[in-house]
Amino acid sequence: MKENEFKTKSAYNISMYAIYVALAFILSYIESLFPISIGIPGVKPGFANIVTVYIIYTSGRPSSLFGVTLLRTVLLACTFGNISTLLYSVCGGLLSASVMHILYKTNLFSVFGVSIAGGVTHNAGQLTVAAFILDTKELIYYFPVLLITGMIAGFAVGYIANICIKRISRPSGRISNNNN
Amino acid sequence: MKRNDFILAAVIIIISVFSIFAMRFFSKEGDYVVITVDGVAYASFALSDDRVIRIGESGPDYNTINIEDKKVYISDADCPDRICVNHRPISKTGETIVCLPHRLSVTIKQSETDDYSFDAVSE
Repeated sequence: MKENEFKTKSAYNISMYAIYVALAFILSYIESLFPISIGIPGVKPGFANIVTVYIIYTSGRPSSLFGVTLLRTVLLACTFGNISTLLYSVCGGLLSASVMHILYKTNLFSVFGVSIAGGVTHNAGQLTVAAFILDTKELIYYFPVLLITGMIAGFAVGYIANICIKRISRPSGRISNNNN
Repeated sequence: MKRNDFILAAVIIIISVFSIFAMRFFSKEGDYVVITVDGVAYASFALSDDRVIRIGESGPDYNTINIEDKKVYISDADCPDRICVNHRPISKTGETIVCLPHRLSVTIKQSETDDYSFDAVSE
């Protein structure tokens, strides 16, 4: 019985992660259909972060959080052919996920604060890595703009994530009417 | 929303608005444009002469940089996101257009500083 329970549990987790990755992937894809063209790299709504925030507030396990973030960025880079920017996205994504996770644990902020911090650190991380790799300190010129856009994006993501967390029930990790 | 959320948002807004104004205040019309590829200064041109520069002449991975009326913009590129092409023309010191996929950056400078001495182009 015990073993069976463990099996269903891990199968459940695997399917949940798969759903998260698929959702984040689709959100990124939809976002890529409506590019915001002001000529500054990294300015985007980042709707895939809705999934990240949702994971933090429902499952809260770092393994799922980082696994989904990593998979999503790599998959996206491979599918829509932007391998050159993969490293920036991965670093930004992981940094923002960790910051959001930590801030969530401190309990100082609501979903909005956590998500705003996530949006801002995503951009900051991406910019820092890009400046480092490209060896162009001139990228700092974009920093203030990316702070503002990161904050606006973070707010929007927080707003939607807030609704999702309230409306979509917390995954319990148990499957009712187990037929085994 | 909690009170801390507002404090966080306010701090971010103050920092960015302050730095945007600081940049505006200290930047003036530049005289040179420096093109950097892979972190290495590639070439430098005076803004006073209109010209078209094509980086990566033959084959893929090219950027076409235009200097027109003391302003610089990227008119064409085959990078996947084409973010650099959408950037508005730049003319003030410190302003930069970056093409991340091609690891290229175009920056306006006040003068040809000693960091960048080329035999390629100079007056």
